[in-house]
Amino acid sequence: MDWHQPTARRITAIKLALFLLCLLPLARLVIGAAQDELGANPIEFITRSLGTWTLNFLLITLAVTPLRHLTGLHWLLRLRRMLGLYAFFYAALHLATYLWLDQFFDWAAIAKDIVKRPFITAGFSAFVLLVPLAATSNNAMVRKLGGRRWTRLHRAIYAIAIIGVIHYWWLVKKDITQPLLYAVLLGLLLGFRAVRLARERQRQLATYPGMPK
Amino acid sequence: MLIRRPADLASSEITPRGLFERRRTFIKAAGLGSIAGAAALLGLEAGNAMAGSKLAGVRKSPFSIDEKATPFKDVTSYNNYYEFGTDKYSPAHEAHRLKTRPWTVSIEGLVRKPRSLGIEDILRLAPLEERIYRMRCVEGWSMVIPWVGFPLAALLKQVEPLGSAKFVEFQTLSDPQSMPGVKSPVLDWPYLEGLRLDEAMHPLTIMAVGLYGEELPNQNGAPLRLVVPWKYGFKGAKSIVKIRFADRAPGTAWMKAAPQEYGFYSNVNPGVDHPRWSQATERRIGEFLKRKTLMFNGYGEQVAQLYAGMDLKKFY
Repeated sequence: MDWHQPTARRITAIKLALFLLCLLPLARLVIGAAQDELGANPIEFITRSLGTWTLNFLLITLAVTPLRHLTGLHWLLRLRRMLGLYAFFYAALHLATYLWLDQFFDWAAIAKDIVKRPFITAGFSAFVLLVPLAATSNNAMVRKLGGRRWTRLHRAIYAIAIIGVIHYWWLVKKDITQPLLYAVLLGLLLGFRAVRLARERQRQLATYPGMPK
Repeated sequence: MLIRRPADLASSEITPRGLFERRRTFIKAAGLGSIAGAAALLGLEAGNAMAGSKLAGVRKSPFSIDEKATPFKDVTSYNNYYEFGTDKYSPAHEAHRLKTRPWTVSIEGLVRKPRSLGIEDILRLAPLEERIYRMRCVEGWSMVIPWVGFPLAALLKQVEPLGSAKFVEFQTLSDPQSMPGVKSPVLDWPYLEGLRLDEAMHPLTIMAVGLYGEELPNQNGAPLRLVVPWKYGFKGAKSIVKIRFADRAPGTAWMKAAPQEYGFYSNVNPGVDHPRWSQATERRIGEFLKRKTLMFNGYGEQVAQLYAGMDLKKFY
């Protein structure tokens, strides 16, 4: 088959498979909780796992564009919305776990946490920034906003991912190996864009020598 | 010094280990009743964690608390022991490489008779007691652990501390062969902890050599570790090889790692937050809702006078 020009039916099949695949991290938690296999502190395990998967999906979403350019598989773009929405889905579950399982809706303690604990302030801000992105992810909203404004709004994902990694970095007690790994991967994904942008500018400058710098 | 003792606990009131090991029912509390039913059934296969050899002649202690002990499996699988990795589930997998025999503890510094004692001799110093203590981790979770041990004072008296000795330092083994974690510079090895001499001599302070009536599992700090129940768990240095008496407060591993976050005293104190998280509440392992953290981890009656007149916000 032609991987560069898959048929509409094949894309639908790929999307369905991806949709189910993205539910596996959640399925693992549900089954693990039911069988009491999440260790001595299951609430901590669930919270951490959902947070990790939020970061994973943010990075996977950000990997679509570089991957598309590197492989020439332009239809990958058609998977990006689902991946981004999964990032939001796991972020929402992560937040819900904190509010419900961890704090048990102790709103006074939660408000204090958000104001006083920098890692919670960061995590909460990242989630708040994700909400408008999720809300404007359907075709109708893209049309309503217009392509340029929509694109500009959705660039917020760069900030969200950076804040997400900071959130992780600030919460670990001492061993920063994991947050560092996420920071490096995010740096590569954003770096790829920066390099492309710089090259694009140079190309334009070469094409139109008279263009102001 | 007045030491008030908690009410005596009849041995008949101590829940047998089999009952402790009933699986948690937090899912039920969270409103997923049907799944909890399945979890309860699966609970029957609990209790297969490795069993050490039984310790003989262990006495009950009036210092034990009357609270439901955390299951053996959780106490021995959820450990902060960075020499075996920073993940709390790592020590249970990695610590089997540690050789706890032969084992000697060198006691030195400002003492009349510095000594090097073998573990067999240490075990004969004093009658072993069961001490059921609360353990509060600085990370915000807690357990109830039935330690077996003896008062640290019995060990320290062996070397006759000099009048100039005001502090005691404890050093954990740092062996890259058996401890994969020390290859990483996450802390300044070897792990050091310290107590003021009066804290070290306090009757609640013990050297633990076992838990649940059995020899201490390696991941819990075998063959002997410090337990100071009114302080955060990290004060309890594990697998101790050296004890040193000093006239000044020793620099501990966590103070060196993050001085603004970890002080020398590190008494459990719900009123003094960790700079990055609250210490007002804790999750008791196995429980769904958080509990309020108690001042001095609930041992205030016995230890508050050690800190009379001190600003515990300053001396955190």
